[in-house]
Amino acid sequence: MAYFNINHHQHSEDLLIVGKRDINQSYYVLTLKSSYQFPLIEPGQFVNVLVDNSPTTFLRRPISIYDVDFEQSTIDLLILKAGDGTRKLAEKNIGDMVNLLFPLGRGFTCDASVGKVLMIGGGVGLAPLLFLGKQLVNEGVEVHTLIGGRSKDYIIEMEKFELLGKVYISTDDGSFGEKGLLTANSIISELSAFDKVFTCGPDPMMKAVALLCDAYGVSCEVSLENLMACGIGSCLCCVEDTVDGHKCACTDGPVFNTKLLKWI
Amino acid sequence: MMNLKVNIGNLEIKNPVMTASGTFGYGPEFDPYIDINRLGGIVVKGTTLHHREGNAYPRMAETPSGMLNSVGLQNKGVDVFCNEIYPEIKHYNTAIFVNVSGSTVEEYIETAARINELDHIPGIELNISCPNVKEGGMAFGTSCPSAVAVTHAVRQVYHKSLMVKLSPNVTNIAEIAKAVQDVGADSVSLINTLLGMAINAETRRPALSTITGGLSGPAVKPIALRMVWQVAQAVKIPIIGMGGIMNATDAIEFLLAGATAVQVGTANFIDPTVTIKVLEGIEAYMLRHGISDVNELVGGMRA
Ligand SMILES: Cc1cc2nc3c(=O)[nH]c(=O)nc-3n(C[C@H](O)[C@H](O)[C@H](O)COP(=O)(O)OP(=O)(O)OC[C@H]3O[C@@H](n4cnc5c(N)ncnc54)[C@H](O)[C@@H]3O)c2cc1C
Ligand SMILES: Cc1cc2nc3c(=O)[nH]c(=O)nc-3n(C[C@H](O)[C@H](O)[C@H](O)COP(=O)(O)O)c2cc1C
Ligand code: FES
Repeated sequence: MAYFNINHHQHSEDLLIVGKRDINQSYYVLTLKSSYQFPLIEPGQFVNVLVDNSPTTFLRRPISIYDVDFEQSTIDLLILKAGDGTRKLAEKNIGDMVNLLFPLGRGFTCDASVGKVLMIGGGVGLAPLLFLGKQLVNEGVEVHTLIGGRSKDYIIEMEKFELLGKVYISTDDGSFGEKGLLTANSIISELSAFDKVFTCGPDPMMKAVALLCDAYGVSCEVSLENLMACGIGSCLCCVEDTVDGHKCACTDGPVFNTKLLKWI
Repeated sequence: MMNLKVNIGNLEIKNPVMTASGTFGYGPEFDPYIDINRLGGIVVKGTTLHHREGNAYPRMAETPSGMLNSVGLQNKGVDVFCNEIYPEIKHYNTAIFVNVSGSTVEEYIETAARINELDHIPGIELNISCPNVKEGGMAFGTSCPSAVAVTHAVRQVYHKSLMVKLSPNVTNIAEIAKAVQDVGADSVSLINTLLGMAINAETRRPALSTITGGLSGPAVKPIALRMVWQVAQAVKIPIIGMGGIMNATDAIEFLLAGATAVQVGTANFIDPTVTIKVLEGIEAYMLRHGISDVNELVGGMRA
């Protein structure tokens, strides 16, 4: 087997902003158009965005691919205003260009080998799950989604997931859906009815989900958000400790099966 | 016709643009973005005798105009390099340098001797300046006697181009440059990263698992340039300059300060095509200034 396993679809390109949608004060969606036909893009892959005119943003910012329209050659990014970089990006307008490296990383296992899946997303962790859910539905898989957030305002994009299948909601304060952490939602008691769990969100949430899946004997894939410098496997900054040693979240991941991680 | 060729000791490279160790993987990572064969040379990731897992995550922090890293020489060891990596990179038509590190002089010797056997590796870069390992690394590069000891020992077993990479975490870098020149280094490269640290005030935690790490990027450029200039006053062997080079103008400044070639590091993370832009920018500068040989720029700062 070759030592290097380079994805030759990845490239650097200036894309045109053709759509911008503010979800609320914290979240927005950018739609970016390429002048070319897209290469193969897998659910769970990400882009590395160059944020210009932001003196405090030196490195690129990794962002998951939220949705893809292969016919229009557009991709959507769902972004949380976390700091200067993501705020500066939010100031861009339709007609502006954004430089991306994409598609990067290895995505979710997305095939018809599973009959029924539960996707679990907290906050902006929903980002990599929409495209995944759409592809799974296309494969004939039954898709359920559990969404968690602090309060009603943090439950976003629910309608998009309702188009895929059943949606369950948890909020910490009970302002929407069930009250409590997402891991306490009543659907969790039925975990063993699912063939697979896909999750993305804050680290403590993903770890709790991984533990539950382990307890219920359900295979679980997580999308990690480790800090990255290059996003292309050249700096070794983004590593996750796995049963096979340090693996790069940017090239071996960001998606990992939790049985490979040292979380359990 | 414009000449871009420069000589690093006995080794001629096709142009002065190289990549810095630890920022360019082994090369193939950049195949989707650039034609590596156009570069003067590449320096692959730090290689040690034995496999190293490196330091715990987190090992990167963004800082004003730069970044800190504490990767800690993660690599699979020299055997895997020779048997599995080398066969997949030896076809590149560019000068490949292996960055060699160790915890003891013996480890440096053994690793260098193994790489000496590889036909398509014309040189090594002796890393006596890594700030991110507990033993060895920078400890060798911060005092004259130890820098001399390891350079001298490796010179006995390594018969190709020997580049010694210097640490900026010293009081007098020129003294160390001169000392390694005197025991057989063919060239010196500088600077490695500057020891630094960052704290997250909200969580009160250090940004890096190792607390301290190495600073790179444009933040270090003025220091790097000053050190290249100081070393150029002190040694006769070629200098390979680096530290914060983001574009052709930065690279030209290093040449003017006395560097024969440059290495581009952190900039590869922001733009994986930057090395080619630096190369084309140097050509454009030469055209604009009517310079036919890039060597005219080396040490060409006007008084
Ligand atoms: C593979 C991957 C996919 C991602 N997908 C998305 C996405 O689809 N949408 C989205 O909004 N964000 C996503 N992120 C996170 C996003 O990259 C960070 O929020 C962003 O880099 C913050 O940049 P900033 O300049 O706005 O904030 P900064 O000023 O850099 O940081 C603001 C705060 O966010 C924290 N932070 C920074 N980077 C990360 C990170 N990687 N993970 C967790 N916390 C971080 C910092 O510690 C700080 O507290 C993803 C990250 C990775 C690695
Ligand atoms: C993530 C990272 C890893 C590095 N790894 C190595 C290494 O293995 N060996 C080495 O000699 N230098 C290493 N360096 C230092 C660079 O080669 C270079 O000396 C330094 O970053 C300054 O140049 P720059 O500002 O252009 O990056 C590393 C730097 C970075 C940012
Ligand atoms: S971010 Fe550079 S190797 Fe993953």
